Amino acid sequence: MTESKKELAVAALRDGTVIDHIPSNVLFKCVRILGIENMDTSVTIGNNLESGKLGTKGIIKVADVFFPESTLDRIALLAPTAVVNIIRDFEVVEKRRVSLPDTIKGIVTCANPKCITNNEPMATRFEVIDRDDVTIRCCYCGQAVNAKKAIIR
Amino acid sequence: MNRHSLVSISELSKDEILHLLDVAGYFEQNPNHKILDGKVVATLFFEPSTRTRLSFETAVNRLGGRVIGFSDASTSSTSKGETLKDTIKMVSNYVDLIIMRHFLEGAARYATEVTEVPVINAGDGANQHPSQTMLDLYSIYKTQGRLDNLTITLVGDLKYGRTVHSLLMAMRYFNPTFNFVACDELAMPAEYKDFCKKNGIKYNESHEFSPEIINSSDILYMTRVQRERFTDIMEYERVKDLYTLRNSMLADARPNLRVLHPLPRVNEIDRDVDDNPMAYYFEQARNGLYARQALICRALDIDILNDKR
Ligand SMILES: [Zn+2]
Repeated sequence: MTESKKELAVAALRDGTVIDHIPSNVLFKCVRILGIENMDTSVTIGNNLESGKLGTKGIIKVADVFFPESTLDRIALLAPTAVVNIIRDFEVVEKRRVSLPDTIKGIVTCANPKCITNNEPMATRFEVIDRDDVTIRCCYCGQAVNAKKAIIR
Repeated sequence: MNRHSLVSISELSKDEILHLLDVAGYFEQNPNHKILDGKVVATLFFEPSTRTRLSFETAVNRLGGRVIGFSDASTSSTSKGETLKDTIKMVSNYVDLIIMRHFLEGAARYATEVTEVPVINAGDGANQHPSQTMLDLYSIYKTQGRLDNLTITLVGDLKYGRTVHSLLMAMRYFNPTFNFVACDELAMPAEYKDFCKKNGIKYNESHEFSPEIINSSDILYMTRVQRERFTDIMEYERVKDLYTLRNSMLADARPNLRVLHPLPRVNEIDRDVDDNPMAYYFEQARNGLYARQALICRALDIDILNDKR
């Protein structure tokens, strides 16, 4: 049995989504990005679990929810290593890495106080300008920021 | 979103820039060509800028169009708390073109996204000011007869000066050599030096505004060194006069050298330069009229050179 299968068995998720291999330090930001705080289904969050690759990792298990791909890909901003498992009837029916989209809409706040996005009721939009280093740039004011330092709304 | 909107100079291709220079040249010869008969243009100045507004409004008037708008946010509905989106939507019902200046960065980009009317950015905070760049390019083209293979020296505030950043980006098509002359506190930011490297643009950096640099330049582009840009006032006092151009410094300059400055100046160009034929900053401002006439035609999809009305 592989390591991830062991853990999945612990939660005994019948249907839902498991997001694994999230770096510990960004776990709760990922929780926020996915909007899990406002869900009323059963949610299990584990953090600082041992991981060969990452040192320690976090994991999120959400019962009976299947996120749109575009929502899951948003967490690639902070957790490019994250792996999504889709569970149906106790079986992993799909497993994939998250992938960073070219543009990020609405989850990052621009750090520039003189940016229009901080002064008008509107969604922010950032384009990824460096995929390796995960640097994003505000499509409005042009200010660039590393995703690790980005302010999550 | 109207595809003829202009938010940043970087949206223009080489061919578009060259075409706009030709159109500006046409308007210098024919400033009163009435092609905007029946058109209404809004100049929305959420931040006052008399110089830019008068230049744009003169351009519209000389083309035979009509102008509505405001020159200060305190006289507009913004002061009542209206959003930018609502103001733009309201004005879009009345006009064929919006020319806007705003104190917030990205305001013009956002405006283009909420209207089908073309928008020209006349400055958004410290971000973009493409009509200034067009007039700079036209001034360089007119005085040098070309844009290719020129040595351009940028002097003064290279950190916050958006005009020098936009000029640098627009020149990427024309194989320039740049000299960046500034103190450490106001040096050219790394992102623009990276831009130069990526685009194969040659550049040198210097603290000293030396005779070697001046005498090898085709264009001296001077900018204001402002006290409020300095965290260390002693540093300001130390450098404030190091980047001032005096007439004697031009004695051995190339005959084709021209001195540009986006204006207003404070003391970075001594008054004794004004009468030197190399001083070009007053004519430069007049070129803004022709450059803006060309940009207005582009925004309204009027090709004056191929479609004489
Ligand atoms: Zn921004």
